[in-house]
Amino acid sequence: MITGNIITDFSLLILFLPLAAFTINIIVGKRLPRQGDWVSIGAILITLVLSLSMLLNMFMNWDSDFSHEAKFTWIDLGAFKIELGFWVDNITIVMLVVVSLISSMTHIFSLEYLKGDVRYSRYYAYLGLFTFSMNGIVLANNLISLYVFWELVGVSSYLLIAHWFEKPSAAAAGKKAFLTNRVGDIGFFIGIMLMFTAIGSFNFQEVFSGVSQGLIGGSLLTLAGVGLFMGAVGKSSQFPLHIWLPDAMEGPTPVSALMHAATMVAAGVYLTVRLFPLFSSDALLIIAYVGGFTAFFAASIAITQNDIKKVLAYSTVSQLGYMILAVGVGNYIAAFFHLLTHAMFKACLFYGSGSVIHAMHHSLHELDDHKTDPQDMRNMGGFKSKMPITYWTMTIATLAISGVPFFSGFLSKDAILAGSLGFAQHYPQHFLLPVFGFGAAAITAFYMFRLIFMTFHGESKMPKVFKRIHESPRVMTFPLMLLSGLSIFIFYTLPYFNPLSDHGWFTELILAGDSVVPGNPTAHEIGEGVHHAHYTAMALSLLVAGLGIGLSYLMYIKKKLSAEAWAKKMGFMYKLSFNKYYFDENYDRFLYQPFLKLSRAVAYVDWDLYDKYFINGFGRITKWLSFLTGRIDYDGLDQSIVDGLGRSVQGFGKQLKQVQTGRLQNYMLFALVGVIIILVIQTI
Amino acid sequence: MDSLTNYLVVSVVLFSLGLFGVITRRNGVAVLMGVELILNSANLNFLAFARFGGMNMAGHVFALFVIVLAAAEAAVALAIIINIFNNFQTINVDEVSDLKQ
Repeated sequence: MITGNIITDFSLLILFLPLAAFTINIIVGKRLPRQGDWVSIGAILITLVLSLSMLLNMFMNWDSDFSHEAKFTWIDLGAFKIELGFWVDNITIVMLVVVSLISSMTHIFSLEYLKGDVRYSRYYAYLGLFTFSMNGIVLANNLISLYVFWELVGVSSYLLIAHWFEKPSAAAAGKKAFLTNRVGDIGFFIGIMLMFTAIGSFNFQEVFSGVSQGLIGGSLLTLAGVGLFMGAVGKSSQFPLHIWLPDAMEGPTPVSALMHAATMVAAGVYLTVRLFPLFSSDALLIIAYVGGFTAFFAASIAITQNDIKKVLAYSTVSQLGYMILAVGVGNYIAAFFHLLTHAMFKACLFYGSGSVIHAMHHSLHELDDHKTDPQDMRNMGGFKSKMPITYWTMTIATLAISGVPFFSGFLSKDAILAGSLGFAQHYPQHFLLPVFGFGAAAITAFYMFRLIFMTFHGESKMPKVFKRIHESPRVMTFPLMLLSGLSIFIFYTLPYFNPLSDHGWFTELILAGDSVVPGNPTAHEIGEGVHHAHYTAMALSLLVAGLGIGLSYLMYIKKKLSAEAWAKKMGFMYKLSFNKYYFDENYDRFLYQPFLKLSRAVAYVDWDLYDKYFINGFGRITKWLSFLTGRIDYDGLDQSIVDGLGRSVQGFGKQLKQVQTGRLQNYMLFALVGVIIILVIQTI
Repeated sequence: MDSLTNYLVVSVVLFSLGLFGVITRRNGVAVLMGVELILNSANLNFLAFARFGGMNMAGHVFALFVIVLAAAEAAVALAIIINIFNNFQTINVDEVSDLKQ
């Protein structure tokens, strides 16, 4: 049993150990033995142990109402007061475990994947920085420190995506990720400020109670909610800011697994889950539509991508859309559940892709082939026999993401789909939400199995490369095995063993709270709706998953349906999907280029007009005025008055000098004359 | 005849002659002599006032003081004139004008 103070201590250690590792590695990492990777790994493993002990404590307490808050006053200016601190409840603890677990796996996986990298110690330092900031988000009890860590996460994401910044595409991707996130963060900040202006506090609990007291309401609350959600849109890569995540795959694959699949992009979902009680029903509707649309839309892009990591990237966007959809329909615990299961199987998939890319890369390196893309699935095929561990673990994770029973994804996906279906049953006008959900589920099953089939089954497309493919070393397969193990249902349903129901420790320990916005449906009402739709949703989700998998099987294993023929038949749609709906191009044409033009026009006005004529004109006038006053001062004042005084004194002195004859008798005569004058004056 | 005015007239004449000598003589010794004349005119004044003006013995005492003073002055002044001669090879006071400028 762990008491409150120890939880505070643990939280502090969990937060600051990775930061310590970062500080050590960034300063002296290069000079340490093994370039200091053991510092980072030690720190993250201790963090993992601490988080696990908190999880164990949660199980031992079995208290769904558990919460612990520790705070201190940071700034106190009377009316303006900011308190920082930790808010630890069951959601926090689960999230801490997810972050530290995936982060540990990434640290271990990178030992091999990044071996011999030019910036090896810096890479580990940045991983520490990321873990620190992510844990900061998770532990935050107020909006302001959440925002600070939010930005720190953005920075570490930028640094890690652009880890190989010699490659222009990687540098550009890092920049794109950072700038796209900025767009969302502006909204986030506006939301925070609206909340603070209305309620006067950043603390979550105080904000909630302020909302329930009606200090902020109506459209302003919706606006604040949408603002806060914009942060999530940026970080969780939702439509229309989804463009950065696929590009972020330029970073090292373990980073993609850690940040751009499991944890960092989940920060947006975590934020909406944390702040769920304050979203007004209008804001929730916007959230639901953004999420649902993103889920479907990203999935439809993933179908046609050939880059193994791009497929996974769009799959991540789609799954995050799912979670956002679940928040939007009010079933936010399902969103968090999916966040948890998704973190495991998606990280596993990314490590698997990393393992495949690693093998391809080595094989191509031995062949001295630098032209073939090691990430293109069209160059793979038949890897099943060569990389059995990678194959099986990835297959398990794929089954999980496709929503096949007995795997974790089934439980969480089912909960989300049931939530959206229940919502649509209650509000039939929003029937599109479940359509998006089920559609995305079918497509997900299809493209994930396409990935598996293209990579591991069938004939090898490049026999020479294939010959040299071999299984990755233990440090890389260990995270794969661990995470694929965690994709099995049992870890989420304990202490029960029903693979078809998500009923387990998660649903018992993490209960949905009521919305604090007056008029919103209570958790109970939402739960009723979900329960009502549960079996329909399960049947439908099994059906669509089976459909997707079956279609994929027919296309890529049996070759009964030709993928090429279908692509031709759907020409326009295929092209749209293959080119990601031309989002980058259109953003470029309609946003960046006009903006650049505007900037150039403004720059022209600033430089060529304002500076040249106005500022320089000012300069010229000033120069001329100075010259004038200089003349007045020097020629007028100095020459005539100041020097004139001197000259006249000098002249007078010259005249007076004549008196000093040096003749004694002259002086005497003067004295006599003086005496006579005095006498004369006296007599008068 | 025996009145203050007569004595004072003599004294004025003496003073004026002395002053004239002091101012116009080129010779340093002659200037000194002019000074002596001035002193003596003062003495005459003292004595005249002692006799007629009620200064009584004080006038006599002052006259004695002046005589002593004149002697001392003559000694010092002659020493100065000797020194001037040593430095300038002349006792013409017009040529001793180094103080000028």
